[in-house]
Amino acid sequence: MADTPLMTEHEEGLQHQFADMQQQLNATSLGMWLFLATEIMFFGGMFLAYLVYRYWYYPEFAAASRSIDIYLGTINTAVLICSSLTVVLSIQAIKLGKRKLCVMMLLVTILFGLAFLGIKGKEWYDKFEEHHVPGTSFNAKDIIEKYPQLHVEPAPMQIFFSLYFAMTGLHALHMVIGVGIMSYLAFYTWRGHYTQQYHNPVEIGGLYWHFVDIVWIYLFPLLYLIDRKPLR
Amino acid sequence: MSSEHVISSKIYWGIWAALICLTVITASVAFIDLGPLNTVVALVIATLKALLVVLFFMHVKYTSEKLTKTVIIAAMFWLVLLLLLSLADYSTRGMIHAGMP
Repeated sequence: MADTPLMTEHEEGLQHQFADMQQQLNATSLGMWLFLATEIMFFGGMFLAYLVYRYWYYPEFAAASRSIDIYLGTINTAVLICSSLTVVLSIQAIKLGKRKLCVMMLLVTILFGLAFLGIKGKEWYDKFEEHHVPGTSFNAKDIIEKYPQLHVEPAPMQIFFSLYFAMTGLHALHMVIGVGIMSYLAFYTWRGHYTQQYHNPVEIGGLYWHFVDIVWIYLFPLLYLIDRKPLR
Repeated sequence: MSSEHVISSKIYWGIWAALICLTVITASVAFIDLGPLNTVVALVIATLKALLVVLFFMHVKYTSEKLTKTVIIAAMFWLVLLLLLSLADYSTRGMIHAGMP
């Protein structure tokens, strides 16, 4: 580019249409935020479906919610919060020019992400074992017998579990994509593509990861904590 | 690069600790009978957690870019519109005929 007389030398990693690095970073972040806004609408439809059915079939939703493992759910929430911490620490590391620390933090994030998916997989496995997966083999007798005072019907519980699998499934898909993004970032940070001067992909990859974390922050109380009060 | 913030890791660890505490609190409070307040408490805590993540982990508190904030507020506005108007419909169905013989 230096042979073009109109061009002036710019900083490493700065695209010529931007005035400076800060403007470039703001523009990149804005792009990611716009994508996240569409993601909010994407998940929003599911949250609306959940709210309407919960309003219609509250006793069944409450009973079915009792059957999912609150301890694994709480641990998974903590795992995601820890992964969000390692993401911000990786961004901070690359800002300070600590490339190796950044790679390490990204790798720890991947581990947390995989741990989350493993625990989620265990929960799903349990649901298959208990025949709580909507379909021909669905059977919620155990829940009905466990909480006779709630007087619940099996059919609306299928709706709860349909939403449970759809929402946690869509979230898990985002986690899988997130692990892919983090692996990409870790590889190219290790190769030295991202530096103290230019690390926008690490920043916006982090934004995506935090967004997926926030979705779970809402899924956790909505799916696991509907009604855990001791029954009289 | 002068305008780009490098935030102390103390703040990040503090936010992390707050998020973990709120998670433990929300899971524990669910076992206490607060009547209809259980759902309110759970959602307030979730929103508090989301706010901490957005402001500190996603650096929205430190950004000077007003356009980013506009996009976030607009996204929340559409979401609230979707949820609120739909629920206003579903939760009031049948009310018109309620008082009729």
